[in-house]
Amino acid sequence: MSAITQSQFAANLKRYYSFYTGGFVAFVIVVGILEQLGVPSKILGYIFLFATIMLYAGIGFMSKTADVGEYYVAGRRVPALFNGMATGADWMSAASFIGMAGTLYLSGYDGLAFVLGWTGGYCLVAILLAPYLRKFGQFTIPDFLGARFGGHLPRFIGVIAAITCSFTYVIAQIYGVGIITSRFTGLEFQVGVFVGLTGILVCSFLGGMKAVTWTQVAQYIILIVAYMIPVVWLSVKHTGIPIPQISAYTSALPKITALENEFNDKASPKGAKEESVRAIFRERAAAGTAKLAGLEKDGPAFLTAEKQKLVDKAAALRAATDPAADPKAIDAAEKAVKAFPADAAAAKKAWTAEKGLGARGGALKHHAEAFASAGKTPEEIDKNRGKAKKNFLALIMCLMVGTAALPHILMRYYTTPSVHEARVSVFWGLFFIFLLYFTAPALAILAKYEVYSNLVGSSFASLPAWVSNWSVVDKTLMNIADINGDGIVQLAEVVIGGDLIVLATPEIAGLPYVISGLVAAGGLAAALSTADGLLLTIANAMSHDLYYKMIDPNASTVRRLAVSKGLLLVVAVIAAYVTSLKPGDILFLVGAAFSLAASGFFPALVCGVFWKRANWLGAVIGMAAGLGICAYYMYITYPFFGVNAPLWWDINPISAGTFGIPAGFIGIIIGSLISPAPNKDIQDLVDHVRYPNLESDIDTRGV
Amino acid sequence: MQLTEKHKQYWNINLKISSVLLVLWFVVTFVMGWFARELNEINIIGPLGFYMSAQGSLIIYVAIIWYYAHYMNNLDKEYGVHEGELD
Repeated sequence: MSAITQSQFAANLKRYYSFYTGGFVAFVIVVGILEQLGVPSKILGYIFLFATIMLYAGIGFMSKTADVGEYYVAGRRVPALFNGMATGADWMSAASFIGMAGTLYLSGYDGLAFVLGWTGGYCLVAILLAPYLRKFGQFTIPDFLGARFGGHLPRFIGVIAAITCSFTYVIAQIYGVGIITSRFTGLEFQVGVFVGLTGILVCSFLGGMKAVTWTQVAQYIILIVAYMIPVVWLSVKHTGIPIPQISAYTSALPKITALENEFNDKASPKGAKEESVRAIFRERAAAGTAKLAGLEKDGPAFLTAEKQKLVDKAAALRAATDPAADPKAIDAAEKAVKAFPADAAAAKKAWTAEKGLGARGGALKHHAEAFASAGKTPEEIDKNRGKAKKNFLALIMCLMVGTAALPHILMRYYTTPSVHEARVSVFWGLFFIFLLYFTAPALAILAKYEVYSNLVGSSFASLPAWVSNWSVVDKTLMNIADINGDGIVQLAEVVIGGDLIVLATPEIAGLPYVISGLVAAGGLAAALSTADGLLLTIANAMSHDLYYKMIDPNASTVRRLAVSKGLLLVVAVIAAYVTSLKPGDILFLVGAAFSLAASGFFPALVCGVFWKRANWLGAVIGMAAGLGICAYYMYITYPFFGVNAPLWWDINPISAGTFGIPAGFIGIIIGSLISPAPNKDIQDLVDHVRYPNLESDIDTRGV
Repeated sequence: MQLTEKHKQYWNINLKISSVLLVLWFVVTFVMGWFARELNEINIIGPLGFYMSAQGSLIIYVAIIWYYAHYMNNLDKEYGVHEGELD
């Protein structure tokens, strides 16, 4: 430990990071000048990618350490403000940075479950866990379970839970890293994954938690700057007010509502045009449904008959002489023959897609409308609305409780110098997260206003530049086609992928490419920082809890760190390998991680602090039941696993924690009450964590 | 380790302030979420239900955590369980 005092240390940090921020701004300006000099944008993308990774590597290298306390908990002297920034970067993943605003754009009110769930959970962290874990003050979350409930089994279940939820979550992060690197540099996705992996390892390999903490602070600064600049600019462009969080509600939202009404009103000129597009989609959906039914009934015979109809039609058009058929129509008819599905399976797929177009034939949902639902009768609408509301609230609960149980976040509170600083650092943490999360809904509104007011009604001959650029880059992000052939864009003719909103904002706002590069660097920072924290959690759970505490308690410091670093490398490579296989749906992976953490950890941690009577048997039963029920429900209901059992009370598989959390609490209560109360030492431990400072206190800091 | 009456009092006050703040947290999250459609009928800074979930509740969360940290810091000192100066 160095000789300088904590306040000097904090003052130095403020100076370093002020210089750093200034340096980063200067760097962005230099890249901006390069752009003006005509350097191609692909090169600028590479500059951003490698400059930021080198920067993280530099910080990681300077933070190398051979001290156990530094490696696991950054020497326990991270000031509240900086721990808050590190928490923010640790917390905000690629999904928050790139996906959130897009989710809100697409689903309006109903997407706010993520905004609420991922911020409100910090109230639980602040009030129920952070100060007590800090007072306990060891290295990992399983450490607390092991000490509080005694024996190896609670610790072991904790290790399993920590690895399961962190690994699920880290896959989603590395996936995000791969997408960002491949999009901005043109590298293959798999190569992007391994480039990203290098970025992750340079941050954490040499210095453990110490290195991760200081790179996360640096990453937070980049990601928040990158998020804010385009949004503020967009707000000025549309409303003249540089505070998007105000202008979106006072200025843009009322205009959006008015436009939504117009689009839905068939009597208005815009509404009539929208309706003409929607009618086409409804017809195509009806035709698709009819064909599917025919295929179901007559099998291959139906397929042949349908194809014959098209062939005949093309022949008739070609044969027509008086008047001669339009060459375009002949062309279209011949194309239709060529495009006709070759076999029953292909036909089923194609017609199911056509049937799905019906969704684009419906009326527009209001952005602010909560729990919009559809149905044939008022009773059915009410019933569906009830389901939507129930799932909205269940998802919020799982995300909030999961927030308060994810070990890579809770671990951060071991690194503050005191209980008081731990409390304050939760405040700073949420404040820094809040800056991004209360901007995302505003960005969604501003982007929607841009699309509704500028894109809709423009002519296909002269689309805005950002629209034509992105529709070339990626059809899943921007899909636009003149369905009704009037040459003018209608809203129903545009399909936007969620990730587009953040990625395209700089272009929508008319900013130079350097800002797009900055946004990519921000997204990369968000994904890398979260992946760092998660990988470290997994490696620590194995090296500290499994190896040191359970297998070889006499291991030397050098050996412990060597094992830890070795495992970090192995886990990182395995995670990158699994990611490169592109498994499943990212949003589901994230949701699953939260539900698992919430069900496995939360009841045991909270009862460990607030209920002295909770004991070994209770913790074992509670954690096993919580994890078990949660995993079982996901297994039987998530389509990926192929069981497809009926849902319990209509709760979606992503919110499996709705059943796991109560199961955890019930398990702890029953298990504790049927076995004897914990002994005096453990009761003393509970008092120890409850008071920031006691005379004749026991010491649990370890090492 | 023997706890005095004063210590027990400290813990009870902590439980009380924690419960009050958690009730507030519950109301702005779940009660307001439940009545979102009804709140949307009221129009202040946009539909109220939407505004609260997009921004209002978040501001309240930040305030809750700030207040808890501030309150507990003072309580620690008042009951003599605060930590010594670090350096």
